[in-house]
Amino acid sequence: MSEDNGLSRRRFLTIATSVTGAVGTVAVAVPFISSWQPSARARALGAPVKVDISKLEDGAMMRVIWRGTPVSILKRSPEMLSRLENEQADLRDRNSEQEQQPAYAQNEFRSIKPEVLVLISNCTHLGCVPTNRFEVAPADLGPDWVGGFFCPCHGSKFDLAGRVFAGVPAPLNLLVPPYRYVGDNVLIIGEDTEVAA
Amino acid sequence: MSGVEVTGESQGTRLLAWIDARFPLSKMMREHATEYYAGKNFNVWYVFGVLAFVVLIIQLLTGIFLTMNYKPAALDAFASVEYIMRDVEWGWLIRYMHSTGASAFFIVVYLHMFRAMLYGSYKNPRELLWLIGMLIYVALMAEGFLGYLLPWGQMSYWGAQVIISLFGAIPVVGDPLVEWIRGDYNISDITLNRFFALHVIAVPLALVMLVVMHILALHETGSNNPDGIEIKANKGPDGIPLDGIAFHPFYTAKDLVAIIIFLILFSAVIFFAPEMGGYFLEHANFEPANIMKTPEHIAPVWYFTPFYAILRAIPDKLGGVVLMGGAIVVLFFLPWIDRSGVKSIRYRGWGYKGALTVFAVSFLVLGVLGTLPAEGIYTTLARIFTFLYFGFFVYLYFYTGNEKGKPVPERLTYHG
Amino acid sequence: MMNSKFLTPVSLKIVAVAIMAFAPLCVSASGGGAFFQHADNDVGDAASLQRGARNFVNYCMGCHSAKYIRFSKLRDDLQLSDDQVRQNLMFAAKTSDELMEVAMEPADAERWFGQTPPDLTLIARSRGSDWVYSFLKSFYLDDRAATGTNNLLLPNASMPHVLWELQGQQKAIFHTSEKDGVVTEHFGEPTYFEAFESVQPGKMSPEEYDQFVRDLVNFLDWAGSPEQLDRQRLGIWVIIFLFVFLIFAYLLKVDIWKDVK
Repeated sequence: MSEDNGLSRRRFLTIATSVTGAVGTVAVAVPFISSWQPSARARALGAPVKVDISKLEDGAMMRVIWRGTPVSILKRSPEMLSRLENEQADLRDRNSEQEQQPAYAQNEFRSIKPEVLVLISNCTHLGCVPTNRFEVAPADLGPDWVGGFFCPCHGSKFDLAGRVFAGVPAPLNLLVPPYRYVGDNVLIIGEDTEVAA
Repeated sequence: MSGVEVTGESQGTRLLAWIDARFPLSKMMREHATEYYAGKNFNVWYVFGVLAFVVLIIQLLTGIFLTMNYKPAALDAFASVEYIMRDVEWGWLIRYMHSTGASAFFIVVYLHMFRAMLYGSYKNPRELLWLIGMLIYVALMAEGFLGYLLPWGQMSYWGAQVIISLFGAIPVVGDPLVEWIRGDYNISDITLNRFFALHVIAVPLALVMLVVMHILALHETGSNNPDGIEIKANKGPDGIPLDGIAFHPFYTAKDLVAIIIFLILFSAVIFFAPEMGGYFLEHANFEPANIMKTPEHIAPVWYFTPFYAILRAIPDKLGGVVLMGGAIVVLFFLPWIDRSGVKSIRYRGWGYKGALTVFAVSFLVLGVLGTLPAEGIYTTLARIFTFLYFGFFVYLYFYTGNEKGKPVPERLTYHG
Repeated sequence: MMNSKFLTPVSLKIVAVAIMAFAPLCVSASGGGAFFQHADNDVGDAASLQRGARNFVNYCMGCHSAKYIRFSKLRDDLQLSDDQVRQNLMFAAKTSDELMEVAMEPADAERWFGQTPPDLTLIARSRGSDWVYSFLKSFYLDDRAATGTNNLLLPNASMPHVLWELQGQQKAIFHTSEKDGVVTEHFGEPTYFEAFESVQPGKMSPEEYDQFVRDLVNFLDWAGSPEQLDRQRLGIWVIIFLFVFLIFAYLLKVDIWKDVK
């Protein structure tokens, strides 16, 4: 057996052993890394939330918790909707081009039905919960304010569809979670509406 | 100046040189691996040290991941273990690796210690190595005991109750000591939380430090071998022992084979028989701890049963505790009890071979007796074998003063 | 002779003697050996598990929870649809992600039964499938018991014979013990159990009842470790991989060692 043969046998075996060992190491790593995935309990606790909005009046807002975050459901009155349509404010993303909403909410109302707005109430700047400022032209927000959300932490402003104003710290529109209707008065937050192809 | 390759040196070589100027990396590799010489005649008994190291790594890794989901509170602990088993992705695998690893640790460590008794690895100049190893053994027993309370099952609670109350046998300080250990008037959430802290951080830190010391002590004297011959007595002109081979690549390659065989056995248990008939995971522990209801048989886990048998063999509580502790303490003194100059059993007299056989049998029989109820013939047998266990050391002390064995060769016997 | 590769003759002898010495001492103590039957259940039989789940939910979950299992796991592992689980197995729970808990308050249970009916998720692991199987078959009529029945495997059990309609009623025949010519009886501690005798037939034949109990025990066996089938399948692949690894590692070792004299 020549030196070359001996050395190449050694090399082959070393490589074969090392590669097998590396594969084994990766295989062993998989369960440990996967264990960090949300557990069945997390998935159960993060399950969709059913909300009955039959008693929600025009102009009123209710909050539920889904996946540990506050979700606001606002029943916009016809008056609020017309204010929204005629709004002149300088918005960062008027047409909701950034992916802050599911496809079925990518419209001027940012919702499935115009009257009912579903939003995650975390300011897209640093996560504070914005306050409801649905009134027109209050003293502190100026004469051009036609209703929306105001974040007290750093002054970000959002309109009645959750769209962010230009010139404020928040970069994006408020997030619309996946949701769907069951009948007219029940929402399921956390499940997508199936859009007919 | 970086960036320019000179004289065909690879980037890797230059990186290594940069590190070596700041950290003894290559020096350590040479001293402890590529230029650490060990006898070429190591047999299977020499594999258990590295296996113990592998199990330590497994326990640390799986332990960390268990701690991410385990809740150390009496109200939540049991449920959190079931949460890990069922809801956490792959949680069951991590849990079984840890429970099997605990038993595997003791199997490997007992065989590792037995090797030392076969080949005299505790004798001069390796007495300190043996002492550090004994400290590792004691720390390991503590770690196992502390860990066993954590699932908060029936056996967890009642096993801890029995063992902690043993300390009450100590005169004068016994009862306050027991209360101090528990932190409460009975084993409770408080005890559980502190055992958790000790099991997860304190003892593992101590174990890791002791293992590092153990390997440093070993490398200072050099390894023993099955012939019990000091290979450094016969060096070649280059200073390398004639009967020695470099740890790397010879023993790294050989140990890898042993490690894989171990992993096959380890996997067989984890995937097909994780309870091991109730010895690795005890049946009673699948019931949550109930302070009103004592299980029929309280027994410690199998690796403590030899000492448990000794404890129960003695009718007096304090006497039992003393003798049980003594059974471990006497091992510390082995390098001085065994006075023979001959290290390996291969060249020792029949007296030693017979005595060691009796000792091994006693240890195993006591282990079995520890799982059985302490009554009738079992108690009698426990007393006989306790006598034989300690008798080994007494016999050894007198016998080895004048042991007659075979002549010890100068050079290693190696049959390829 | 190949000796330095494995055990040296001396150490091998010691180990052999040690093993032979303690082997006879490995006496397995079996408790309640008088009436101990084997469940013979097959956790791989999905249909049996489904029946067992139904049996458990209908007959046991009034009092006993299985609070470490989610209904969704019944769906995923027992090959049932979400609807089947909702309609047949979920009575009080709202979503299938919930755990199989019961409404009974521990305080009420103590008053009615003397103790809280234990959770049964792990009963097959703590007592064994065979024990549970035998237990469910060994209720017998006993006037002295508050519930009217006693149980051979769990003397003076607070649990009534829930399955009496299916099994029917039986009485137990004991040898009374004789000591010095005096006949004594032992309440709750039968010294010599001889046999059961059917007093009143149930809705099921003995074979049907056995299968009912077997399915139920099968479900409890699965519930104790739901991952067991996947675990065993994975184990085979792991060990095959390790053998491949072993072959390479061994050949490498032999090659590295070939010149060592």
